[in-house]
Amino acid sequence: MSKKLLLKNDHIEGIHTLPIYRANGGYSVLEKALKTMSPEAILEEVKTSGLRGRGGAGFPTGLKWSFLAKPEGVPRYLVCNADESEPGTLKDRYLMERHPHILIEGMIVSSFALGAKTSYIYIRGEYFYIARILEIAIKEAYEAGFLGKNIQGSGYDLDLYVQVGAGAYICGEETALLESLEGKRGNPRIKPPFPAIAGLYGCPTVVNNVETIAAVVPILEMGGAEYAKIGTEKSTGTKLISASGHINKPGVYEIELGIPVEEFIYSEEYCGGISGGKKLKAVVAGGSSVPILPAELILKTSAGEPRMMSYESLGDGGFLTGTMLGSGGFIVMDEDTSIVKNLYTFARFYHHESCGQCSPCREGTGWMEKILLKILDGRGDMKDIDLLWDIQSKIEGKTICPLGEAAAWPVAAAIRHFRSEFEEYIQYPEKIRDIKHYYRLQETATA
Amino acid sequence: MAKVTIDDITIEVPDGTSILEAARIIGGDIAPPAMCYYSKLKTSGGYCRTCIVKVEQGSAKDPRPMPKPVASCRTTVMDGMVVRNITSPENLEARAGVVEFLLLNHPLDCPICDQAGECDLQDLAYKHGEEETRYQFPRREFEPEDIGPYIKLNMNRCILCYRCVKVADQITDGRCHGVVNRGEVSQISTYIEQAIDNDFSGNMIDVCPVGALTDKTFRFKSRVWYTKPVDAHRDCPKCSGKVRLWYQGEEVLRVTGRKDQWGEIENNEDGSTAWICNDCRFDKKETKDWVIEGPTHVNRRSVISANHYEGLAAIKADTLRMLGSQPHGVKVDLGEGALDPNNE
Amino acid sequence: MTTTEIQFDSETLALVNNMMKRYPEGKHKSALIPVLHIAQAEFGGWLSVPTMDYVASVMNLKPIEVYEVASFYSMFNMHPVGKCLIEVCRTSSCWLRGAEDVIDHIEKRLNIRVGETSADGMFTLKAVECLGSCGTAPMMQVGADYHENLTIEKVDTLLEKFKDENKQSRYC
Repeated sequence: MSKKLLLKNDHIEGIHTLPIYRANGGYSVLEKALKTMSPEAILEEVKTSGLRGRGGAGFPTGLKWSFLAKPEGVPRYLVCNADESEPGTLKDRYLMERHPHILIEGMIVSSFALGAKTSYIYIRGEYFYIARILEIAIKEAYEAGFLGKNIQGSGYDLDLYVQVGAGAYICGEETALLESLEGKRGNPRIKPPFPAIAGLYGCPTVVNNVETIAAVVPILEMGGAEYAKIGTEKSTGTKLISASGHINKPGVYEIELGIPVEEFIYSEEYCGGISGGKKLKAVVAGGSSVPILPAELILKTSAGEPRMMSYESLGDGGFLTGTMLGSGGFIVMDEDTSIVKNLYTFARFYHHESCGQCSPCREGTGWMEKILLKILDGRGDMKDIDLLWDIQSKIEGKTICPLGEAAAWPVAAAIRHFRSEFEEYIQYPEKIRDIKHYYRLQETATA
Repeated sequence: MAKVTIDDITIEVPDGTSILEAARIIGGDIAPPAMCYYSKLKTSGGYCRTCIVKVEQGSAKDPRPMPKPVASCRTTVMDGMVVRNITSPENLEARAGVVEFLLLNHPLDCPICDQAGECDLQDLAYKHGEEETRYQFPRREFEPEDIGPYIKLNMNRCILCYRCVKVADQITDGRCHGVVNRGEVSQISTYIEQAIDNDFSGNMIDVCPVGALTDKTFRFKSRVWYTKPVDAHRDCPKCSGKVRLWYQGEEVLRVTGRKDQWGEIENNEDGSTAWICNDCRFDKKETKDWVIEGPTHVNRRSVISANHYEGLAAIKADTLRMLGSQPHGVKVDLGEGALDPNNE
Repeated sequence: MTTTEIQFDSETLALVNNMMKRYPEGKHKSALIPVLHIAQAEFGGWLSVPTMDYVASVMNLKPIEVYEVASFYSMFNMHPVGKCLIEVCRTSSCWLRGAEDVIDHIEKRLNIRVGETSADGMFTLKAVECLGSCGTAPMMQVGADYHENLTIEKVDTLLEKFKDENKQSRYC
C-alpha cells in the first residue's frame, strides 16, 4: 500500500463530521499552528515540503505564497479554487464530499499564514450538494471555535464562506474565478497585475486548489522536510488521481508520486486493468488539456525507461513524446476507442467553454470543432489535418489565458500520435460507421 | 525613464508606458495595429490580440525572453527591453493568424457597409491578412437588434473589442448595453432590445473599429470617400463642440468627432478627450450651425488617406479579389464607375 | 413590464440581504450569482427578464449587469424549461462509458430530442459538458442531485420517480 495522507481516514464512517474528524486527530494541526507557529514558520514548512499546486499547473505553493504583497492597511485574501471542471477530474469533489474538514482546517492554517481575515471557497455551481456539505462543516467549525473571532484563544480572526459558481469551466482560471467571485462574467483578467498584487477586490490574493490547501495539513503535521521525503525529489508528497474510462476500477486514488504508470493502470490497488480484458490504446494522463499518449509512450518513455506518475517523468520527452501530470485526471482508452471521436468531445468542450473575450480562442475553438465534425461525418479532406494543426498552433500562446493552450494541445497531440487514424477516416469514410452512435454525428453535422 | 528597443530602434520613454505607446512614438509601421485598445478609454485593450509583439529580452535586469507573444497595448516597457514587431517574421505570421480569426465569421459585406473606407478591419486585412480564408463553414449570424433611432447595430460585423461598452461605462450616464452570452455567440446587446439613448451614446459609433455600430442618420447616404471632411466647431453647452463635418457637395451628411492619426478622438486643449454630444452629432447638420475651420486631411491608412481619390483602382481590385475568394462565391459587382472619383 | 408578481418571500429576502453582507462594503455585487440561483429556483426554473430586473432592483444593480452575468453561465436557463431538467454529461469519460446510450434511451422514452421539452412540459433533456463525475460515468444531474453509474434500468426507475414526484428540479 502506498502512503495515504489526505485519504488516510477514508474508511472511517462519519469522518465528514467534526466530532469524528476531531477524534481522529483533526484540527490538531490548527491548534499547533495557531498557538506555536508564526505565519513565516508555516510558509517555511510549505516551502520545504516542495508542495506543487495540485490544480494542474504544478507551480510551487510556497513560492506562490511568498509573492503575496503585504501592504499596510489593505486586506489580503485566500481563495480556494474548488471549480474543478477539467474533464477527467473529480478528485476535489471526492475530497470535499468525504473530508470537508481537512479542507477547512487547511483553509484556516493557510489563511493564518497569509494573514487573510476573510477567505472564500469558490465551488462550481454543479457541485451544489457539496457546497451544502461544506457549509454544514463550516458551521460545525464556527461552533467549535475554529472559525470566527479569536480562534482557540490565539487572537486570530477568520471568516470563511462558500461561494457557488453557475457553470463555466473558465472560472477555474484564477483571475476568471476572481471575476466570478466579484459577481461578474468569468472573463479572465489581463495579466499583469497578478492576483498576488491585485486579486479579489483589487487586494493581494492567493488562489489555491482544494487539494493543495488540504495538503498543508499533513505537511504541518509531519513537517515539511518529512513530507518532502515522500514521492520523488521534484514531485514530493502524495497526489489524488481521478481514474476514469475503460478500466475495471474507476475512482479517486491517492498515490505516492513516483509509482510506475503501469502499476497504476494494472494493479488491483488502483485501476485494476483494462475493462473486458482489452488492450490499452491511449491515456490522457492529467485532464483533457494535456497531450494524449499512445500505450507505448505512456508506459515507457522514448528512452525505454518505465514511465512514472510524477511531474518530471510524465513530462519526460516534452510534448513530442511526453505529457503532463496536470490535474491528475487519468482517462484510459481501450483498443476500440476512436481517438478522433474522443478529440471531438474535447474540442466541443473547449468551444462550449471559451469565454469569448479574445479572438483566437473565441473563433478558433469553434473552427476546430467544426472540422473534426466534418471529418467524423465522412466529408474530411487530407488538407483538414494540416489545417487543424495550423489552427491549433495559431491559438496556442496567443490568448489571454491558458484556455487557448488547453484547447490546442489535445488537438496537436492527437494528430502527432494518431495521424493515421485521421487519414483512415478521410480515405475510408465507411470506417466511421464503426463508431457507435455514428448517426448522432451526422445529425449534428446537418443541424 | 526606460530605454526600450523596438525593431532595432531605441527610444527612451517614461516608466509605465506600454510597448504600443512607445512604438507609436517611433511611428510608421513599427506601431502595431490596434483593434480594441483605445488610449482614451480606461482598461481597454488586450482582447483582439492584433497588437502582439515578440519580447526578445524582458529587461536589462532580467534579460530572458518572454515565452509567448504579448499584447503590446497592455504590456509595460521595462528598461532594457528588446521588442520585435515587423522585424520578426514569426510575429507577423502570428498576427496574420489573428487577422484570419477576426475575419473568420465576418460577413465581408464591405460593399454595403457604411464603415467601408474608414474601417480598421479592412485596413488590417489588407495590410496584415492573407488573401484567402480557409474557413469552409457558414458564417455566424446574429438576429438583428434595434437599439434606437440613431445607432445601427450590426452584430455580424462586430469583433468584440468592448470599446463601446467602455464608452457607455466611462462617458455616458448609464450603460444599458453590454456583452451578453458566452464564447462564440457573445454579442453586444441590450438583451431586451431597448433604445440606447443618452447625450453621449453617439461616441460609440466613433470608437467602433468596424461597421458594427454606424450612424443611422448617415445610413446608405453616400460612401465615405465621396464625402469631404471639414473641421468645425460650435459653442455647445454639453460638449466641446469640436467636430468634423462630412460634406457631399453643399450638404452635411454626417458629423463625427475629430480623429487623430491612430483613429482616436483628439484631445481638447485641457487634455480631456473631445467627445461630442448627440445634439452636435445628429441634430446639427446645417452649415449655419457651425463655425467652419476649413477642410482637413485625414491621416494615415484607409482609402480616404490614399490622397482621397487616387489609387482607388488598386483598392477596387483588392476588394474584388478579397470578395471573389469567398468560399460561397459571393459575387460582388461594385458597378461601373462606382469608385470613379468623378461620380459624385 | 411589471415585477409585482415576482417577489421573494420575507424569509428569502432576509437570506438574500444577509448574503450581500458577506462581502466588503460596496462589493455586494459578489452575491449576484448566488442570488440568481435562488431567483431561478423560486421563479419557475429559468431567468425571465422580469426575474432578472427584480434581482437588479433588490441588489441595486443596473439590469444590463444582471443580463450580462446571467447569460454567461450555463446553469442559468435563459429560456423556459420543463419542470424536471435532466442534464446528461457527454464529455470524454462519460462518452467512453456509454453516455450516448443513456441519451438515446431518454430521447426514446420521453419522445424528445436533446434540447427539447416534452409535450406535457414535464421534462427537458440537456446534454452537458463535464460535471466531474468521470469516475462514476455515465451520469446525469437533476437539480442538485448527481445520479451516477447509470444503466438503462436505473434511468427508467429515475424517470418514473421524477414523474411521480412531479416536482420542479432545483439546484438550491
